[in-house]
Amino acid sequence: MTAIQIDRVEKSYKGFKALKGVSLSIEQGEFFGLLGPNGAGKTTLISTIAGLIRPDVGSVRIHGHDVVTDQRQARMKLGVVPQELVFDPFFTVRETLRLQSGYFGLKNNDKWIDEVMENLDLTAKADVNMRALSGGMKRRVLVAQALVHKPPVIVLDEPTAGVDVELRQTLWKFISRLNREGHTVVLTTHYLEEAQAMCQRVAMLKSGNVVALDTMSQLLRRVSGSSLVVHLKHGTLPEGLRHLVAHDQHDENASNGGNKVTLRVNAYNEVEGILARLRESGAEIDEMQLQQADLEDIFLQIMDGAPVR
Amino acid sequence: MNFLSVGFRTLFYKEILRFWKVATQTIAAPVVTSMLYLLIFGHVLEGKVQMLEGVNYTSFLIPGLVMMSVLQNAFANSSSSLIQSKITGNLVFILLPPLSHWEIVSAYVAASIVRGLVVGAGVFIITAWFAHLSFVAPLWIIVFALLGAAILGTMGVIAGIWAEKFDQLAAFQNFLIMPATFLAGVFYSIQKLPPFWLAVSHFNPFFYMIDGFRYGFFGKSDVSPWTSLAIVAVFFVVLAAVAINMLRRGYKLRH
Repeated sequence: MTAIQIDRVEKSYKGFKALKGVSLSIEQGEFFGLLGPNGAGKTTLISTIAGLIRPDVGSVRIHGHDVVTDQRQARMKLGVVPQELVFDPFFTVRETLRLQSGYFGLKNNDKWIDEVMENLDLTAKADVNMRALSGGMKRRVLVAQALVHKPPVIVLDEPTAGVDVELRQTLWKFISRLNREGHTVVLTTHYLEEAQAMCQRVAMLKSGNVVALDTMSQLLRRVSGSSLVVHLKHGTLPEGLRHLVAHDQHDENASNGGNKVTLRVNAYNEVEGILARLRESGAEIDEMQLQQADLEDIFLQIMDGAPVR
Repeated sequence: MNFLSVGFRTLFYKEILRFWKVATQTIAAPVVTSMLYLLIFGHVLEGKVQMLEGVNYTSFLIPGLVMMSVLQNAFANSSSSLIQSKITGNLVFILLPPLSHWEIVSAYVAASIVRGLVVGAGVFIITAWFAHLSFVAPLWIIVFALLGAAILGTMGVIAGIWAEKFDQLAAFQNFLIMPATFLAGVFYSIQKLPPFWLAVSHFNPFFYMIDGFRYGFFGKSDVSPWTSLAIVAVFFVVLAAVAINMLRRGYKLRH
């Protein structure tokens, strides 16, 4: 079942085109990452999904319900954690969650509200006014507000921006549980290690366009293998290994006469052969690291417009 | 449209709770202000002017002050709630759930009516000690108080959606609501005005709200209460249509 269907969505603000025909399909139960630099259009796209922004062209459907023409049903299916740390200073945490629950038409929802608070470590703060909470606690309440109506689709817009490690761990534990129970999760974040750890599939946005859309494993496979970083104490890199130097390392090493080289390694068993050739050439290794390619590498390559190996 | 939906009731309750939590500012302060008006104007003008035949000035003034409090506080409730929510960003909690534009407008207006009537009742209870008041047609009192509060609550919704900063809302309040209220016959009968201003007053819808409300106390008014009712009812329908249409279109709320 398709949880979110985005078809050719375009949106302009006073001549600036924030979204240029974005199309995406996110399946029910996916943990989906929406990545991109600032100004790529992530928040505009999320606001369009949430019905806060109306697209100029195209459509967005949540579980088959159009967010403009069938907004009531679409909104029932969706829980959104906004990026800004917003709160209503008149109310306590419990009042805030009860009110939010009521807006979604739910009465007598205290059992679930208590469970959400428990899972987000908010129980001790239940009767504290929102003004008195720390930034991290306010962020937890925002997450709880998005979950009060048990939406099948959860959208998290930078949920861990500026919060401590404890909240991140608490949050990801709870969100992972919800995902395992079948909830679709859409995440935007600048913390790419989080996206790599959590997301099954990723879309990368750049200047209002989708520039990459693939599963995490396929994306990581695009960066061929790992990198072997070698600091040479004596000697130079033998000619027979020069073709393995990572393309972005060529200039630096050539100009410096380089005692530090980064070599591409497609498989771990290649390492043994590389070391043997270094030994044969008389080079002596001072230090060595084997670095696994990660999402940040592919993200930077895609955003730089460099061809992805 | 479902006025009894959980969503409507929750938003209505939230708006009541919001002003109740700061009751000193939202209820007690306007009651005290109205009492000061009565003490000053009533003391200075009592026995010197007569606005309605057979009605002393303090008695004449009280319904005007009560209605003025109802109107101003009904407006303040919806407008301040919306502008605060817009500026702090928490309006998103209302915009994300499946609340219809009907539910949103009716909840804000209903809560404004409650605040207007609570303040009006407070003003009446305090000021009624200073004069003898009659209740010739109490139904008119209730009808005009409800309609007046509903109109100003709706105007508050419109102003709250339109304004992007407190400054703009203050302009709406100080250059439109306040003059229209003060020039509607709170402190005087418009029959005492020169012909030009008498004619101008008939274009002020606030005049009909106050005049009809006062009729309920004394059975006397500048124009027929039925005329006032018709004008006030039409005014409310027009404003409600504007407010609902603004929300339906997402004016300044959904971009």
